[in-house]
Amino acid sequence: MDFSKTVLIGLQPRGAFVLDRLIELLTKNYGIIDITHGKLDTTFFRDDFRRTDKPHAANATQMNVAVEDKCIVFIDDVLYTGRSIRAALTAIESYGRPSEIELLTLIDRRFSRHLPIQPDYVGRQIDSLQNDKVEVKWKEVTDEDAVYLIKETL
Amino acid sequence: MSELSVDHLLGIKYLKEDDLHLIFETADHFKEVINRKIKKVPTLRDITIANLFFENSTRTKLSFELAEKRLSADVINFSAAQSSVKKGETLIDTVKNILAMKVDMVVIRHPNPGAASFLSKNVDACIINAGDGTHEHPTQALLDAFSIREKFGEVAGKKIVIVGDILHSRVALSNIFALKKLGAEVKLCGPKSLLPKHYESLGVAVELDLKKALQWCDAANMLRVQNERMDKSYFPSIREYTQLYGLGLPLLKSLNKEIVVLHPGPINRGVEISSQVADSDQAIILDQVENGVAIRMAVIYLLASKIMIPA
Repeated sequence: MDFSKTVLIGLQPRGAFVLDRLIELLTKNYGIIDITHGKLDTTFFRDDFRRTDKPHAANATQMNVAVEDKCIVFIDDVLYTGRSIRAALTAIESYGRPSEIELLTLIDRRFSRHLPIQPDYVGRQIDSLQNDKVEVKWKEVTDEDAVYLIKETL
Repeated sequence: MSELSVDHLLGIKYLKEDDLHLIFETADHFKEVINRKIKKVPTLRDITIANLFFENSTRTKLSFELAEKRLSADVINFSAAQSSVKKGETLIDTVKNILAMKVDMVVIRHPNPGAASFLSKNVDACIINAGDGTHEHPTQALLDAFSIREKFGEVAGKKIVIVGDILHSRVALSNIFALKKLGAEVKLCGPKSLLPKHYESLGVAVELDLKKALQWCDAANMLRVQNERMDKSYFPSIREYTQLYGLGLPLLKSLNKEIVVLHPGPINRGVEISSQVADSDQAIILDQVENGVAIRMAVIYLLASKIMIPA
């Protein structure tokens, strides 16, 4: 597999966990080394500034990679409204013009999109109501790797 | 914490320690932003900011304007020299007229201490103090402390000496508040005539001997001699001031350690600091300028996030 034109970009904060695991997987199971990757924070590109009770706290951006003419894969944990991906599409422009951008998400909450954005690679597609919560847990933070679908309690 | 405890930036005095840390952490992110190929984020595209400068400024004005533009805010500039202030308009009237044009935020520099605070009580807009007379210059103190933090990892426990014209310096007062809140030790150094009378109440010490002060400190902030604010002679001659309180290379090299040298600008080369020191590796004067943009972006961003869009 040729990853020379590919750059994996984890979307901060939680896409970074997916990215780290993915790289580990690609290295251990497929022997792919030297995968170009970065972590992108989209806080300052969000469209809900001044529209939420409390501002979102920014996270570190680590983009010491060239994106010009590369195939970018955005990596996130849960795809819900699509608004963070919209922000990421704007944010990545600050670093150059990729030849192509794809999207990988661990969980796809279908039927909940606000924007015409669909993933190219999905871990699992789920049906959920708007007020449900999807919680992805990582061993790095908690004691388990798990995805919970939490139903709204009426 | 992701929110400031205040709605205006009037002075460091009114901030909590947590506010300072939040501003620094936010500025870390903006420093990364202004080092990108495209140094701009769209966050403040629906915010309009008026820069009201009733007193001369190059660095601060440019730095604020650049910070605002990097955040995509709309910016209008006002200099008292070319305005109706000359025709006798009051400060409140001037600002109310500007706000009638739907301005969300006002950055004000004014020769009178308390001007920003006065404005915040009388008009309906977010106010940022860009220097009010001899009172405070909060964003300068923030960028100084941020530069010290960048150099040493943290400000707490560091020994900082502020040298020169403390009496007329808003930079000194804001610096003292900021450094003390962050847990640094602060000493003042300068001719007695340029030191405030009641410095003990600020929790700082005084050292009249420059060499001893430098030997004690980790970083020295060399202030400018503000001739324009001196209504009488505070020292016999510039030459004498330079000999006693100017920082030259021989003095810097005679210390048994390497200290960091800050200067808020504009520099009087050869007066408070020699050219060789200003251009040496130990001086972080141009880092301060770069950090100034990041710090001002952080302050504007955090304050703007509190201006909610009406539902």
